[in-house]
Amino acid sequence: MTANSSEIRYLTPPSVEIKKKKYCRFKKNGIKYVDYKDPEFLKKFLNEQGKILPRRLTGTSLNFQRKVARSIKRARHLALLPYVTDMLK
Amino acid sequence: MKKSTGFYHLFEFKSTPAFVDKLETEFRRDEKVIRFMTVKLDKYAAEYSQKRRNLLKEKATEKEE
Repeated sequence: MTANSSEIRYLTPPSVEIKKKKYCRFKKNGIKYVDYKDPEFLKKFLNEQGKILPRRLTGTSLNFQRKVARSIKRARHLALLPYVTDMLK
Repeated sequence: MKKSTGFYHLFEFKSTPAFVDKLETEFRRDEKVIRFMTVKLDKYAAEYSQKRRNLLKEKATEKEE
């Protein structure tokens, strides 16, 4: 133990970012119906492989997450969205 | 062979449940119909489609003028 042990050093500087609060975009923008005919909008809820993003990443409320999932599945059936892909975005 | 193009149609209608069955069997019989989907619209969906139709109508009238 040396005298200057009180000086704590980190290998990576601790992040001091303020977490931005997530919000449900449907509730915020007053969207009541999730359209399955609008693939460009639904793409916001997909990752690059065309998988549906979880609620914890998008911040969507449970009610609308269900609606989004249903719309995406409908859009996939109608070939508006792919079932499996790569480099969607 | 994989198809890379399609021609989409959208109908909105009011009917009895029995009619949907009949319609879907006809869709299945028709070779020209590759895929179809019958969806029930809730009140928000009906509102949305009405709004969409109005927008399309407005666009059409703008073009005429």
